[in-house]
Amino acid sequence: MSMTMSQKILASCAKVEKVEAGQLIMADLDLVLGNDITAPVAIKEFAKFGVKDVFDNKKVALVPDHFTPNKDIKAAQQCKILREFAHEKEIENYFEIGQMGIEHALLPEQGLVNAGDLIIGADSHTCTYGALGAFSTGVGSTDMAAAMASGKGWFKVPSALKFNLTGKLSKWVSGKDVILHIIGMIGVDGALYKSMEFCGEGVKNLSIDDRFTICNMAIEAGAKNGIFGVDEITLEYLKEHHKGTPKIFEADSDAVYEKVYEIDLSKIRPTVAYPHLPENTKTIDEVEKIEIDQVVIGSCTNGRISDLRVAAKILKNKKVNPKVRTIIFPATQKIYLQALKEGLLEIFVEAGAVVSTPTCGPCLGGHMGILADKERAVATTNRNFVGRMGHPGSEVYLASPAVAAASALTGYITNPETV
Amino acid sequence: MKVKGKVFRYLDNVDTDVIIPARYLNTSDPKELASHCMEDIDADFIKNVKEGDIIVAQKNFGCGSSREHAPLAIKSAGISCVIAASFARIFYRNSINIGLPILECEEAVKGIKSGDIVSVDFESGKITNETTKESYYAQPFPPFIQKMIEAEGLVNYMAQEIQK
Repeated sequence: MSMTMSQKILASCAKVEKVEAGQLIMADLDLVLGNDITAPVAIKEFAKFGVKDVFDNKKVALVPDHFTPNKDIKAAQQCKILREFAHEKEIENYFEIGQMGIEHALLPEQGLVNAGDLIIGADSHTCTYGALGAFSTGVGSTDMAAAMASGKGWFKVPSALKFNLTGKLSKWVSGKDVILHIIGMIGVDGALYKSMEFCGEGVKNLSIDDRFTICNMAIEAGAKNGIFGVDEITLEYLKEHHKGTPKIFEADSDAVYEKVYEIDLSKIRPTVAYPHLPENTKTIDEVEKIEIDQVVIGSCTNGRISDLRVAAKILKNKKVNPKVRTIIFPATQKIYLQALKEGLLEIFVEAGAVVSTPTCGPCLGGHMGILADKERAVATTNRNFVGRMGHPGSEVYLASPAVAAASALTGYITNPETV
Repeated sequence: MKVKGKVFRYLDNVDTDVIIPARYLNTSDPKELASHCMEDIDADFIKNVKEGDIIVAQKNFGCGSSREHAPLAIKSAGISCVIAASFARIFYRNSINIGLPILECEEAVKGIKSGDIVSVDFESGKITNETTKESYYAQPFPPFIQKMIEAEGLVNYMAQEIQK
């Protein structure tokens, strides 16, 4: 046999016994995703196929989340294309403002992702769903168009890197620190074209939210997908969210990995990625006193309820530094409501933070938190490229919600253990 | 198919956000996207680029976002080919899908400077630096990819194939 988890899912969806790294296959897709930036291009291309409907109106998900609520007239026009297409093709999983959220938090929450699924999305962070044992990967708009028409996608079967996790994370250390540590170690092209498979006895000490964050940033190491094996914690999450039966794939004991990395979770420190690449990491102990103008807590990477709870724990009964604009984005309406019920939003507002409706806005420099020249932000988002959050002269430091919240209090990048 | 043009050379990890910043993604008009191509790392690019010119870059070109607007902007700016030591996965796929020729060739990248005149033969994969008279070989595209590029992308190519 000798296949990795990712290879087994691809083989299953291609309806073949076995695949090997480098092989080109055509496979059936369980879900095709697009957003208000990528789907309008896909819809234009889809029209050229001359087919009337999408392959399955239950297996296409359209989420207007990047420039929504619409930031300007052009964005409104783009979203209108999405909305009209969704209505015309009777797409069941179209999430209008008010029901929506940031796509990669929303889809698992809505029960659209099952273990063993094969998912493509016209968004690079589609790799997030590997947290639930699915093979999911980002593609462009043309691939999305072809997939909406046919329900199929072609793949080059990836080779894999294995990350053997042991131990348990310390207080204030989270999935974000794990993935920043790994990207710092292997680089932004360290997993180029490959799968990142996370396994080992340390996995049981990682929450589903930690796993979502880790898989979300697999693309920042260049990976095709990131994936965790299915365990009790996964099954519990799926039972709560998904109606179907999980399809569990385990790597063969003799599966071939290009490289195996041993990671002791207990040794990982809060980690910060300096501008302008996610690989420019330093542990919190090595970080100098870097003054900041803005803190952003949210995005598909770290806008989940556990992230907001951590931030609230640090901000409770305290005030953010008056020179730090602190913006908090719950990732979905459901998370927003949960945060409201738990009193987290009250803590944020009383601390002097702004709480926004779910949107990808600031993460990609779209709207709702754009940086001016020479300004610095600490963000729980996933990229810190030149101009990522606004002016090309601005800087983004990537960190966990704990580090971001602690930094909001002091005005400089701060170890959460010290506040 | 052959192309020839002046080289714009860049370093490692040129990401999709600098190829086309998100602030311009409220449109998908290729001409409008092209007018902002590369502006965050090379404000002069769009002023100086001419039809047929070539981008040469080091490793991991196109890392980051899945936005197809990135290769669209490059293509619409008039760039005839991108040569890099390696490409990010989604960018690679997107470029082929929209008919932007891209070649991986580490040796060529080492031997080509900004402003050099370079010609590329997609059939043989031969890259010639006309300025230094040196040649390099990239893995050529298989015929169906060449046809896809000639048809200006996957969708047109598929439509042509279906009509045959």
